[in-house]
Amino acid sequence: MADARLDAIARACRVQIIRMLTHAGSGHPGGSLSVIDVLVTIMFGRLRHDPARPEWPQRDRIVLSKGHAVPALYAAMAKAGYFSEDALTSLRKLGSPLQGHPDRGALAAIEAATGSLGQGLSIAVGLALGAKLAGWPSRVYCVLGDGEIQEGQVWEAAMSAPKLGQPNHPLDNLTVIVDYNRIQLDDFTAKILDLEPVVGKWQAFGWPVIEIDGHDTAQVSKALDQAEATKGAPTLIVAHTVKGKGVSFMENNPEWHGKAPKPSEAVAAIRDILAIAPDAWDEHLRNDAPTAAIVTELRALERK
Amino acid sequence: MAAKASRAAFGEALIELGATDERIVTLDADLSKSTMTAGFAKKFPGRAFNLGIAEANMVGIAAGLALTGRVPFACSFACFIVGRFETIRISVAYTDANVKIVGTHVGVAIGEDGYSQMGLEDIACIRALPNMPIVQPADELETRQAVAYAVDHPGPLYLRLTRQNLEPVSPPDYRFRLGRWCVLRPGTDVTLIATGGTVFSTLGAAKQLEREGISAEVVNASSIKPLDEELLGRSAAKTGRVVTIEDHSIAGGLGGAVAEWLSELRPTPLKRIGTTTFGESGDPAGLYSKFGFDAAGIARSVAKFLGR
Repeated sequence: MADARLDAIARACRVQIIRMLTHAGSGHPGGSLSVIDVLVTIMFGRLRHDPARPEWPQRDRIVLSKGHAVPALYAAMAKAGYFSEDALTSLRKLGSPLQGHPDRGALAAIEAATGSLGQGLSIAVGLALGAKLAGWPSRVYCVLGDGEIQEGQVWEAAMSAPKLGQPNHPLDNLTVIVDYNRIQLDDFTAKILDLEPVVGKWQAFGWPVIEIDGHDTAQVSKALDQAEATKGAPTLIVAHTVKGKGVSFMENNPEWHGKAPKPSEAVAAIRDILAIAPDAWDEHLRNDAPTAAIVTELRALERK
Repeated sequence: MAAKASRAAFGEALIELGATDERIVTLDADLSKSTMTAGFAKKFPGRAFNLGIAEANMVGIAAGLALTGRVPFACSFACFIVGRFETIRISVAYTDANVKIVGTHVGVAIGEDGYSQMGLEDIACIRALPNMPIVQPADELETRQAVAYAVDHPGPLYLRLTRQNLEPVSPPDYRFRLGRWCVLRPGTDVTLIATGGTVFSTLGAAKQLEREGISAEVVNASSIKPLDEELLGRSAAKTGRVVTIEDHSIAGGLGGAVAEWLSELRPTPLKRIGTTTFGESGDPAGLYSKFGFDAAGIARSVAKFLGR
């Protein structure tokens, strides 16, 4: 049973992802839509954080190593109250704190600059170790892309994390999630450089591994619980996901890795996300003022 | 003070500073006996992390530790650690993580191990990053002060250290300051700007040049980024001729930085002494001689540059 509250937040975030990418005219919808359920489940299901105090030392931390999916993080952060949802339309624009890839200097609560793939796990390991050394209860969540694990530094970090801090400070405060949507920029991962066996690789490096449906928020929650209950080692969660999840014409299509929708496509995408039939759409918009406002805004972009 | 390698002075300074500053931690990639952090690791085992031969991961973990309030020194041979430039660029510099990147075994002076172990392009790489100072001390006294400065400096910093022993060159009352150079010997005909291992041989060259009637001003440029623009401009205006001497490529190093500044702000005839080829195996003294970094070689280059 999925968690209805988390699902509703994730659905709203998906709408915002489409909205901001359309305003930006560029960006990465596929991987943002595949990872949003995981991010929402972390941020709204358990994360110890305070949007009013983003530098609170003992906070839990999210490192989005697959930095190109940052629209998903921005959508969740706006929903959590770090900034207004209207600010999302400044994504990728000159002077905006919402940089095309995460920039810690530009936006508080971004834990690390990412986007150059392969680096986030090492930073997360350092954060987890630092929290342990400081005696903080902080947990660290690191989200990796599936294609990203082709990077060698990921395996340096994977080799080190289960051993680092032992025996006094094992990094059991670190949970790593692989967003396994099976598509990278150029094509399906299996065609570019097959990642399999993913589970066996991480197990061989000393990680307890949990496999889940990364769109089932109840499964994600349960896996995060299980990871938190695992003592003595960090945990890896393989989240099987669908690239472009929620938008029928983007799902499982490599074309939508790094392309923003046109305004007309964006409106169709939002209707898809909200699961409204075409003939019920106008009626729906009459009763859903926030969505109607977004649709009006996007249609205005088309006329520009 | 006797001659001492800056890596050795660094290792000792770190133990002293670490005794009173709990934030200091070290990270190594299986070279702690060479980077000289092994003593720190023995003294403070809970604050020293050996990540194995995986420099990129070491740099990233250092960034994470910095973001939780530690002051990490991530150490390896300069060529290996700066070789992970993309990780330094994003995880440390762009993230503005308070990591001290320490590159040891710089230049051809490492000797027999040969080019693959020589840091000869590290300054050029790090210098391109907008927020990372570069410090290369020239002797033990300066190294101790530079390490203390690195701890206090809020933000990433690159510290460049030698394998070989360095003769004392700094005056006893010397105080290291970022962006400040030290005139070790005043002169009027030419300004010799050296850094790290070449400072002592440049002093020797100045003595030889004096016998030939050339008055050379010798400057220790331990702060490679930022430059001491005030001293550089003043000395260049006085002598009208500038020579840079470094155990590093002439492309992008101290010489490159000086060339950029002079050509834009005070055009002055300039000679850059440094490497223009790969390094090679050999005894350190022989290599310094072959590459023209010994006193005789520097004196020869300077005299030629001055048309003598």
